[in-house]
Amino acid sequence: MTQKDPKLLIQPGPQLRQQMTTPVVMRDVWYALTPATLAGVWFFGLGALLVLLTCIAGAVLTEWYFAPEEKRGYFLGDGTAILTGWLLGLTLPPALPLWMAFIGGVVAVGIGKTMWGGMGANIFNPALVGRAFLLATFPIAMTTWTAPGDFFTIPSSVFALPLMQGVVDTVTQASPLGLMKFEHIDTPFFDLLFGNTSGSLGETSGLLLILGGGYLWWRRDLDWRIPIGILGTAMIFSLILFIVDADKYPGPIFTTFSGGMLLGALFMATDPVTSPLTKKGTWIFAIGIGILVVLIRVFGGFPEGMMYAILLMNAATPLIDLYTQPRVFGRELDSK
Amino acid sequence: MNLFRQISKSLSSSLGSFDHGVHPRHHKGQTEQLAIQRLPFGKRFVIPLGQHIGAPAKAIVQTGDAVKRGQMIAEPGGFVSVALHSPVTGRVTAIGSERYADGTFQDAIVIEADQYDTQQVDVNPIDWESLSIEDFIGEVQKAGIVGMGGAAFPCHVKYAIPDGHNIRYLLINGAECEPYLTNDHRQMMEQTEELLYGAEIVRQKLNAEEIVIGVEKNKPQAIKALQDTIKPGQPVRVVPLEVKYPQGAEKMLIKSVFDVEVPAGKLPRDVEVAVNNVGTIIAIAEYFQTGKPLIERVVTVSGPGVSYPANLIVPLGTSIREVLDFAGGLTEETRQVVLGGPMMGESIADLDAPMMKGSSGVLALTENETGRPQEYNCIRCGRCVEACPYFLNPARFARLAKSRMYEEMAESYNVMDCVECGCCTYSCPSGIPIVQHIRTAKDHLRSMKGKVQ
Repeated sequence: MTQKDPKLLIQPGPQLRQQMTTPVVMRDVWYALTPATLAGVWFFGLGALLVLLTCIAGAVLTEWYFAPEEKRGYFLGDGTAILTGWLLGLTLPPALPLWMAFIGGVVAVGIGKTMWGGMGANIFNPALVGRAFLLATFPIAMTTWTAPGDFFTIPSSVFALPLMQGVVDTVTQASPLGLMKFEHIDTPFFDLLFGNTSGSLGETSGLLLILGGGYLWWRRDLDWRIPIGILGTAMIFSLILFIVDADKYPGPIFTTFSGGMLLGALFMATDPVTSPLTKKGTWIFAIGIGILVVLIRVFGGFPEGMMYAILLMNAATPLIDLYTQPRVFGRELDSK
Repeated sequence: MNLFRQISKSLSSSLGSFDHGVHPRHHKGQTEQLAIQRLPFGKRFVIPLGQHIGAPAKAIVQTGDAVKRGQMIAEPGGFVSVALHSPVTGRVTAIGSERYADGTFQDAIVIEADQYDTQQVDVNPIDWESLSIEDFIGEVQKAGIVGMGGAAFPCHVKYAIPDGHNIRYLLINGAECEPYLTNDHRQMMEQTEELLYGAEIVRQKLNAEEIVIGVEKNKPQAIKALQDTIKPGQPVRVVPLEVKYPQGAEKMLIKSVFDVEVPAGKLPRDVEVAVNNVGTIIAIAEYFQTGKPLIERVVTVSGPGVSYPANLIVPLGTSIREVLDFAGGLTEETRQVVLGGPMMGESIADLDAPMMKGSSGVLALTENETGRPQEYNCIRCGRCVEACPYFLNPARFARLAKSRMYEEMAESYNVMDCVECGCCTYSCPSGIPIVQHIRTAKDHLRSMKGKVQ
């Protein structure tokens, strides 16, 4: 033979792979979150940006700390830690003291993910675990909402020393959900759509969140059944309540565009790790969240119920998966 | 409920397809317009005795014997086994261990070609019309014909229909869903007459009502050639199929064409269908028309690592190296050579291994195609569940297999129904070799079953 044989690789088939990889999926979510995040920072100022970055720092440092030394690049390379911190940050009040945000990031990754065995092994959405922890630990700071204000003014509470609550020296204002629940004051639709209301720093701009969700849907990173199921159920349920008593209950449009509804439905509930694998299971999961969120918002003690609704359905996911296995080709439904 | 099921069924069963599956780019452009050429005879031919599924054939020649092209050199080793024939006129130089494409050593007959022979063989048509079904089955076995799609399952076994079964349709598999391969495509275009002739033989012998040819829609020329050649009144129908992998898997094809599911553990004959590949039917036609047994096959040589891709008639036993050399040799970027299609084919270690009856393609792939993504944990995205044409749960399999819970995989999740088409691995964004985990589990379960009995 004149030509030298190339070194041949032996590997099991299939030889071809589609090009989408987990880090690419994670990066797609970053891109999808960017518009809503920028809007949040624009409305709430640099303080909000600091809160967000601190959250991400807490999450990434925790991932780095718990990862085995030789595998740190691999653990951080998939981009999930940044995403967890980012999603958590978007659910926090813009004037939250930074040390609290940092703890939130640590808890989200440490207790929400690493403790279960790392990526893919957790039952609950890590970002929401972090938020649930913060809400239970710092209930006042976590429900102090500032009104959108000057870009360069940073509320002094942001720089509160660790273990200190800090003073919120900017204008505080109840969130649209709080106004609705406790005072029955409606918020203008266009404020909800563009995000010019008080609230968590990334939840307020409904339009940009939908834009990001649309991008994910276009990239096939998102199971459309989940947002459609959640929003559809919540809208129908609140419409029924609205028809029963329009003075007492919020309408379906308000329900959809207020609070964490869109962020939760598009970015939190769609976390593949903590949502069901099967199509039928996905519908059950989504409809369950839709019902729970309206129940909690309308009849519960909190103005917002998205977080608990998702966490509760996360807990039900393994069971849903078990009971919604599709019929195997060529077999009866129940034959094993 | 029944009405709902009816409606959803009629909505989901769009013409010519099955549910789930994946859409790899088909890469057939390199060779689909190239006419089939004949590969010149080489010097040394290696005929492995166990190149088909079932019992290996038994050699009936001795070292030193002179053999003629087409002469039987090994007889079937049982009912599920076929005969082997010499691809050239020459001399048997050895009978012993030779390296197979998969890297193992197994028994083979080595034949040195006679350089001065014309390699012409006499034409001896066989009168198939007077044959009984038993004799017909015997003839097909004697001709060494196996499934040419890649599995190499002895063809006559499919024709041995037990009492109480009845074949209504002869389904011819022209889906060719594997990327790169175009050998079936070219054969349907260039050997249309033979295909229809062979199909008619099998149809009459099996007493089937109709011949149905399933072809993926990305082969419009083949569909047209078939439709132009079919005579009015001939019981032949061409069904265009959606371009989707694994459209050519037997049970998927039956579902696509007849909208019938073959029950798990059953065979196509249980739904009154016999399925044969295009190449197999043409081999049968050639045998009865000319008496030429299965001594050569059409092979697609393609992939970015090949200088001059081609569709070739390759005498069986030719080394893979000779086939690649004819196609201009491998480029320097070649990382992997695959025998068969890129989805279900095997990557090979030794270019001197012989071409066999089931070798439908020789593909040279580069880093671009064979690069493996970094493996990450399963993120339960469900892409594999959406891809599995058998509606199994590959994500679950991978997780259970990593914990070696093989029994659980069989008992609760029907792992033995998996046909290893590889859709799950193809679709996994975390780069998990799911189908390899499943193969490990199935091997383990089979060996455990052997121990219990």
